[in-house]
Amino acid sequence: MRRHLLSVDDLSRDDIERILGRAESFAEVSGREIKKVPTLRGRTVIHLFYEASTRTSSSFELAAKRLSADLVTVKSIGSSVDKGESLKDTVQTLSAYDPAAIVIRSPHAGAAALVSRWTRASVINAGDGKHEHPTQALLDLYTLKRRISSLEGLRIWIVGDVLHSRVARSGILAFSRMGCEVTVCGPPTLIPRGIESLGCRVRTTLDDLPEADVVYALRMQQERMDGTFVPSLREYAAQYQIDGRRLRPNQLLMHPGPVNRGVELAAEVIDSPQALIVEQVESGVVVRMAVLYELLAGHGAPSGVRAEPETEPQPA
Amino acid sequence: MSRALELDRSPVPAATVLIRGARLLDPRAGLDGRADLLVRDGAVAEIGDALEPPQGAELVNGEGLHAFPAFVDPHVHLRTPGREDEEDLDSGTRAAAAGGFCAILAQPNTSPVVDSAPVLRSLRERARAEARIPTGFLAAITVGQRGEQLTEMAELADAGAAGFTDDGLPVRSAGVMRQALQYQRLAGRLLALHEEDPSLSGQGAMHEGEVSALLGLAGIPSISESAPVARDCAIAAYEQGRIHVQHVSALDTVETIERARQAGTQVTCEATPHHLLLTDEAVRTLDTNFKMNPPLRGEADRQALIDGLRSGVIDCVATDHAPHAREEKEQPFEVAPMGVTGLETAFAALHSGLVVPGVLELGLLVERMTAGGVPFGLPVPRIEPGAPANVVLVDPDAEWEVGEAGYESRSANCAFAGRRMCGRVRMTIADGAVAYRERTFALGAVG
Repeated sequence: MRRHLLSVDDLSRDDIERILGRAESFAEVSGREIKKVPTLRGRTVIHLFYEASTRTSSSFELAAKRLSADLVTVKSIGSSVDKGESLKDTVQTLSAYDPAAIVIRSPHAGAAALVSRWTRASVINAGDGKHEHPTQALLDLYTLKRRISSLEGLRIWIVGDVLHSRVARSGILAFSRMGCEVTVCGPPTLIPRGIESLGCRVRTTLDDLPEADVVYALRMQQERMDGTFVPSLREYAAQYQIDGRRLRPNQLLMHPGPVNRGVELAAEVIDSPQALIVEQVESGVVVRMAVLYELLAGHGAPSGVRAEPETEPQPA
Repeated sequence: MSRALELDRSPVPAATVLIRGARLLDPRAGLDGRADLLVRDGAVAEIGDALEPPQGAELVNGEGLHAFPAFVDPHVHLRTPGREDEEDLDSGTRAAAAGGFCAILAQPNTSPVVDSAPVLRSLRERARAEARIPTGFLAAITVGQRGEQLTEMAELADAGAAGFTDDGLPVRSAGVMRQALQYQRLAGRLLALHEEDPSLSGQGAMHEGEVSALLGLAGIPSISESAPVARDCAIAAYEQGRIHVQHVSALDTVETIERARQAGTQVTCEATPHHLLLTDEAVRTLDTNFKMNPPLRGEADRQALIDGLRSGVIDCVATDHAPHAREEKEQPFEVAPMGVTGLETAFAALHSGLVVPGVLELGLLVERMTAGGVPFGLPVPRIEPGAPANVVLVDPDAEWEVGEAGYESRSANCAFAGRRMCGRVRMTIADGAVAYRERTFALGAVG
């Protein structure tokens, strides 16, 4: 594994298996009353968030804290970023604190890769524009593996606004790397031309949805519902909403959150036992702990900076 | 229409130079062979063997070098007035001379826009003080390039506008385009068109295709260019006007122009070295030096451009040299401005990428690189006795890396930065005066 996590493409199947295994051992720690391990004690992690985020930022924060890292969070609002400082200058300034890792969320594709050129820290992509969201894909794999031991040959349908979804892009790459068959489905106006080249099939109706083992619904963003991409919310829901009628009892349901109830998902499926949505959120912390561990203390860390011997994490 | 087009440059002494033993290649003059070339008092005086240098002549050893008619670029952004930090008339024309160009046409999308005679006149005055090679200025088609109201095109033409364009932006309205073509009967001068349908380009940052799907970047489909080209060819045919399509990038555009031309429409077009040599595959790296408008397209598009250049559907090469400040390009791809520099690399890039691998004949490349002024009514540079001396001397075997010694341009956003090139301009004579000598290229003088 490389020094940074910028794209799912940076990860081999072995890398993914190792991270998921590591997350498993952190899950055991999370079950204890004191959930902290000393792995990253004395090391600094910077969170640089240029976009609003609840799940990703809070779970990265918890992950860093449970590994005992010193955490600095910079949000674009109220910081020098707000005063027009360039990304490069911000990164170079923050790098002066000698952070071990910079976790960045940006509205622009490639931002994490750019940051990795301007700092010695390990860079973790927490979402770059509509490009990728690799830790989301990892936590999705982790969540699914806890229910289904082998992902090989699993049929996954990703349904909704694929065009604007970094979750979909990282998901297609990650699921297919683990041997799943991925189908994307959504309104033709929200399926990017050429998406098949990522290794998925394309459907524009839910007619074949019964073949899916897992239905992964994407968030339909408010600003896309104004009539330019879909004629109306009503029409979208009629064609693509996953409801109790469309979701078969043997199918699992996932969603990256936050859910628009009554749009991409009907209330009855959100609260059904088939839904893994809450488990996805839970997985976020341990998977991000595992990613931080891998990059900073584990296999991928440069020699000489390994903070802890490679043993199972102990409670602090 | 009868007014001859005048280009501007700073006063320079007429050159007397004897180039000995170079391969002289000017396909239009039927010239291809080793000979001596004598330029006397700024004009081609004699071509022959063992010519004697006149008193005071500079003597150039042309062994192993090629001499072509110098190149003409109809599409350059000199960023003046307004962004002299990115380029000014001195640096831009120095870059052009270093690329072997003897004449360039500057685009009017400056700040302020060149949309009135006073702005144009002051720019021409500045060019007469600063420009190293003859430079022409296009004026805007519409006031402020807003696409609504025609500029005072007749007065602008009288003040020396080399043509009209809203480059950087399309003329959105078919009605305004029609008026401009009607008005062309009075004002003369060519309409050069940046063809794009903003409703199809949307927020696009690159070509729409597999790479944009992978990167999650909004795509600019090729129909965003070809659809308005079809529209404007139809309007030009109806009004019997003349249009020039700038920076053609897509296969369907080439086909559309070819059909229109066969039907008698007066349409010419240009293609850039970057569109002829690179594809959207390059954008995978998200290097902002591959971000320009129109975007780098697919391999089939690139092949269509090469075929068009060969067949003549594409009349000429244009660089669309578009300098940008370093801090503007050092941003995420979606945020960075569109445009790349290209004056200094145009010949070397096309020579390395098309001529050396045997895709394009050298003579044809020279023809297309010298034809940029033709649609606008400028004469083609020629190497023949009596013609004004417009000569570029090139070492076809010299290898170099783009950017290794910096750039003459004030900006460094070159699409070919870091690439190895084969072929280097050693000297440029523009309208009778030496405009560029490569640093390491020593000249001998006859005392």
